[in-house]
Amino acid sequence: MSDKNWPLWEVFIRTRNGLAHRHVGSVHAVDATMALHAARDTYTRRGEGLSVWVVPSNAITASDPADKDMMFEPTASKIYRHPTFYDIPDDVGHM
Amino acid sequence: MTETPLFHYTLRLADTALILGHRLSEWVGHSPVIEEDLAFGNMGLDLIGQARALYTYAGAIEAKGRDEDALAYLRDAGDYRNLLLVEQPNGDFAATMVRQLLYAAFAHPYFEALSGSKDETLAAIAAKAAKEMAYHVRHAAEWTIRLGDGTDESHARAQDALDELWPYTGEMFEADQVERALIDTGIAVDPAPLRALWSKSIEDVLAEATLTRPRDGHMQSGGRSGRHSEHLGHILSELQFLQRAYPGATW
Repeated sequence: MSDKNWPLWEVFIRTRNGLAHRHVGSVHAVDATMALHAARDTYTRRGEGLSVWVVPSNAITASDPADKDMMFEPTASKIYRHPTFYDIPDDVGHM
Repeated sequence: MTETPLFHYTLRLADTALILGHRLSEWVGHSPVIEEDLAFGNMGLDLIGQARALYTYAGAIEAKGRDEDALAYLRDAGDYRNLLLVEQPNGDFAATMVRQLLYAAFAHPYFEALSGSKDETLAAIAAKAAKEMAYHVRHAAEWTIRLGDGTDESHARAQDALDELWPYTGEMFEADQVERALIDTGIAVDPAPLRALWSKSIEDVLAEATLTRPRDGHMQSGGRSGRHSEHLGHILSELQFLQRAYPGATW
């Protein structure tokens, strides 16, 4: 085992038809093919997966935690964006 | 009833699966990275699952009340019928991967063929096993390619493993009297015609891995009749310890 770390990959799994791929974690692997194997072996051992994506972690651009206030705080006061102001007829049932 | 060809045949398949599964389990906790630790665990459990189904069926054929545990834990090395290839030591990572490739590239088409067996139980077990072995081929092939076409050291280790293990590959394609009768009745698979397919898939991987196919020289044989290398006894001493020391122990 060399001292150098293998590249990191983010793993996304789709559990059922009709659902979106969800981020489940990450693996180390030498290349994309082996990352797919590692993702399968690490994250689908309990029948979780129908489809797996792996993405190089360094291909992901992330928001800076320091920008949290600027990025996310302004939405807190805009409760009218939540669809909670409609009266739903009883006949519609659970939405 | 104990000596029926079908019992022997099923036991051979079970023993090969169990011993290779045990070998892979020896890596758990010792792999170079956690991803491969899990991969070995997964492949080992595939094989042990195959062994369990086959032992259970063998016990039913024998009809003497032996269950999967009795067959796995209470037979000595001389009664084991596994291929010599799968009892060979793990060696380094390359040796384990090359051994897995050599076996899986045989087992995958073999179980695919067996899924068409006239014996419905064997056919069902084989259909499940074929899917599992397809992944083992893929995983071991990808690793063999990267080791062979990797650094000078990984190339040398992969080639050493290949040269060391090659004499154990001939046994996979043998069929003795026990199997011949079952082959003729459409129950067992004749392994001989699979050799060309196996050679082709191995050669494709070796070419990409820049590894050299060893020459077919003298081939080791004997596992199917209970003549094993010294390694099997050591495997069994560990595998069977608990049931030998604490007979009937459950948890």
